[in-house]
Amino acid sequence: MKHFEVIVIGGGHAGAEAAHAAARMGTQTALVTMTKDGIGVMSCNPAIGGLGKGHLVREIDALDGVMGRVADKAGIQFRLLNRRKGPAVQGPRAQADRAIYRAEMLAEIIQQENLTIIEGEVIDFLMTGQRISGVELADGQKMSAESVILTTGTFLRGVIHIGDISRSGGRMGDRASVKLADRMDSFDLPMGRLKTGTPPRLDGRTINWDILESQPGDEEPVLFSFLSTSTDAPQISCGITHTNEKTHAIIRKNLERSSMYGGHIDGVGPRYCPSIEDKVVRFADKPSHQVFLEPEGADDHTIYPNGISTSLPEDVQLEYIRSMKGLEDAVILQPGYAIEYDYVDPRALKATLELRDVPGLYLAGQINGTTGYEEAAAQGLVAGLNAALNAQGREPVIFSRSQSYIGVMIDDLTTRGVSEPYRMFTSRAEFRLSLRADNADQRLTPIGLILGCVGAKRELAFSAKAAELDRVVTALQQATFTPKEAMQAGISISQDGNRRSAYQLLSFPDMTFEQILPLLPELSNTSPQIARQIERDALYSNYLARQQKDIDVLRKDEAMKIPEGFEYSDLVGLSNELKAKLSAARPENLAQAARIDGMTPAGLTLVLARLRRDLEKRSA
Amino acid sequence: MDTIFAQATAAGRAGVSVVRLSGPRAHEIATQIAGPLPKSRRAALRLLKDRDGDVLDQALIIGFTAPNSFTGEDVVEFQLHGSLAVVQACLALLSTFPETRLAEPGEFTRRALENQRLDLAQVEGLADLIEAETEAQRKQAFRVLSGHLGDLVEGWRRDLIRAAALLEATIDFADEDVPIDVTPEVDGLLSAVSSALDHEISGTRIAERIRNGFEVAIVGAPNAGKSTLLNALAGREAAITSEIAGTTRDIIEVRMDLGGLPVTLLDTAGLRQSDDMVETIGVDRAVARASQADLRVFLAEPNEVLMVTPLADDIILRPKGDLFPEDANGISGKTGRGIATLIERVQLVLTRKSLSAGLATHERHRVAMQNSAENLEKARLILLRGADHYDIASEELRSAIRSLEVLVGRIGVENLLDEIFSSFCLGK
Repeated sequence: MKHFEVIVIGGGHAGAEAAHAAARMGTQTALVTMTKDGIGVMSCNPAIGGLGKGHLVREIDALDGVMGRVADKAGIQFRLLNRRKGPAVQGPRAQADRAIYRAEMLAEIIQQENLTIIEGEVIDFLMTGQRISGVELADGQKMSAESVILTTGTFLRGVIHIGDISRSGGRMGDRASVKLADRMDSFDLPMGRLKTGTPPRLDGRTINWDILESQPGDEEPVLFSFLSTSTDAPQISCGITHTNEKTHAIIRKNLERSSMYGGHIDGVGPRYCPSIEDKVVRFADKPSHQVFLEPEGADDHTIYPNGISTSLPEDVQLEYIRSMKGLEDAVILQPGYAIEYDYVDPRALKATLELRDVPGLYLAGQINGTTGYEEAAAQGLVAGLNAALNAQGREPVIFSRSQSYIGVMIDDLTTRGVSEPYRMFTSRAEFRLSLRADNADQRLTPIGLILGCVGAKRELAFSAKAAELDRVVTALQQATFTPKEAMQAGISISQDGNRRSAYQLLSFPDMTFEQILPLLPELSNTSPQIARQIERDALYSNYLARQQKDIDVLRKDEAMKIPEGFEYSDLVGLSNELKAKLSAARPENLAQAARIDGMTPAGLTLVLARLRRDLEKRSA
Repeated sequence: MDTIFAQATAAGRAGVSVVRLSGPRAHEIATQIAGPLPKSRRAALRLLKDRDGDVLDQALIIGFTAPNSFTGEDVVEFQLHGSLAVVQACLALLSTFPETRLAEPGEFTRRALENQRLDLAQVEGLADLIEAETEAQRKQAFRVLSGHLGDLVEGWRRDLIRAAALLEATIDFADEDVPIDVTPEVDGLLSAVSSALDHEISGTRIAERIRNGFEVAIVGAPNAGKSTLLNALAGREAAITSEIAGTTRDIIEVRMDLGGLPVTLLDTAGLRQSDDMVETIGVDRAVARASQADLRVFLAEPNEVLMVTPLADDIILRPKGDLFPEDANGISGKTGRGIATLIERVQLVLTRKSLSAGLATHERHRVAMQNSAENLEKARLILLRGADHYDIASEELRSAIRSLEVLVGRIGVENLLDEIFSSFCLGK
């Protein structure tokens, strides 16, 4: 029997990142996919990044993952969202050329050492007792492995709806694997049902671009990867149109023919990405909704109309599309559809993304109730690293909320579960001011170096940048000036006679690094990249100190471990509701317990008191 | 785990004093001292004997079996005759048993908490209720117990979450159709909560008064009869009275219940310039304490000017009212004339003051509200600098909400997202 240390099932965004990460760790890894062409496919909108999501891409990149550099190569329109708002809430985003993205992703996978692509369909797991020990392919081939990562998106009981027509399947054109689904059933995992939708794809050659508003990219594109220096693909603009009263009337008239409103779909959809039917019904007083017309590639005439996902029948889709300005003669290339699928309640997972009750099996991506390429890829990274560590017999790596958006997401998923497809937002990160897209490398690359998933090229670039940051910050902190000296350098501050360090001066609102230079001319050779990062740290420095206190409290609670098998049912005084929630979520420490929905301070006190008592007993 | 014991009733002579014994050895020890225990939760009369077999007292004893006791452990309560000697002897005897010791302050309650017999809120409420001496205190403790403060804070928290959601919507959905300027609505919400907080914070002073007692100072010239009045009000000789002016040098405090309100009466030194150093110190103290008091009762001749200026609610009476029967404002501690009226007036003023009492009664409540108010103030200032600074405004707002959560349950970011999604049509 063929043996790999790590086997990854599925070549989507979670699978590709997971396989690449495991291989970077030096474990022999197989990526099993139905077809090589399926690797890196963007099945939904042709864009990477955004608010919160852009942070995730930077973090993946900081650990030497692939998504950031592939997106930089495929990017055809780059925009930094929230450019005018504070640096902590800025998010890089890019429209991507679908074909380039796929090709570059495949190239990354092929080039990576220790990584083998196997085309085939996994139809079952090999088991050793409760433990996963390998996979069986449709052609009868069996392969053994220490760790298996399942990243098969919406394949569990996936049903596609176009109006009142439904059929089983994953994405358009994919087959759903029945035997593997049955095996998953046998694990008796807690499951839920979700839905998501896509808009119809339009033929760009039939759109009247001349009368539409155009949205160009930024003049100075902000890239994803800390290693990228420039864009690669030709740059384009997106178009913008709007729905109108006529569009809404068509949709209202045909509501009962929509899968969702016609009663064919039970799954819960995301509130932040509602279908156009939903928008028209829930926000009835809004006369118009924005629609972004996003090209799927520089050489591709397919257009993704972002904002009008739907499960209405095809003829209705065409009718409402043509009611919009610029789309009067538009041709639909592929109708929009809704897909319903099962997901595994992520509270059944450890923070390593390994299933608690099925050792050796890791889940990543949409199967855990998330949505979005970036969320999937970030989970793939976490699962890939931990599957490799497991195969190597090493300690797992757990990402903390105080350290990364990745940590926020994994913690949200595994302690709170999901009630709709989970998407990253910056407001989910309570330490938002310290978890910035610009300092993802400072936060995570050192961890990656210790783990061994960061290559030589990045290590070199990172240590050079870290040394330079250190040099400049030290100089800024050591040089102090009187208000008078500052005034002479053109910096007006209160003339209170207090000496301030150059770093403190930099922390005043609207101060720039360049304004400090007259005081410290020896720093004038500082690169703009270093200068910007230090400005940002200084801007938030007062808040960062305050957040550090909260982080310390969190770390203390995280250090209070709750042993596996802790019995909540014995806790007198704890409400039955909380008992049930805690027993389902099985938090690994007190901090996680505190974040469980509906948790009360009194409830936490009870848990803490019991933990302390148990500790005393053990030490006595 | 040690077995612990302590006197559960107040120290001092009493009809009955209760000694409580709790822990793994409680039943065994009680059996050695008193013989077989009655059934759990039943009382029985027993002779308590020391190690030599000498009888110590005849006592009513009640046993409780874990976990059905106050502490959740095995407990025995001894209802002794309330003599100092008996209680001392009993405590001394208990301390001779191995792994058995006098309880530390609050240790019974802590064990109850650790054994899940009480939760934190109950402990706080219980403490207040035990300490309540007057009707107003009992009512106030009960208001806290029954969650009125929680409801109030919950309302503020809701408004702040709404404000945070507005800010976050413009941050997290920047490239979508979000109402561009949310500043006016956010500022409206923040200023409303801010002034409600300020109101409640100023009410904590009165609430604390209800917990700790209002101070009423009697002020006047030497020999005006202040001490005589105090004694008349207290119904006992609390202060030394004499014909010699300047008899009272230090401040004499008498605690009493005035129509349900806890009041500490302060008898102060007569106000006059003096060459006597000790008297001068007394006068300085009198002035300081009287100024800080919640209410002052002045004993002053018509048009007499004293070193303390009366405030709006203060009561001014003519001393030695027995000598001026025609003056309706006269008072006399000696004959009791005007005393009933004075008590009514003091009661009236204090009751009116107590109406403005806040729901927050503890220092930690006040601190949390104060922190929240400060964060809100900063958030408002930053907010007015415009949308470019929403990231920092939102951080201050987050801290303000966190401070309120010290008082009540917790927020999840889900509350925030719920608010966002129910308000705006978002999603491309």
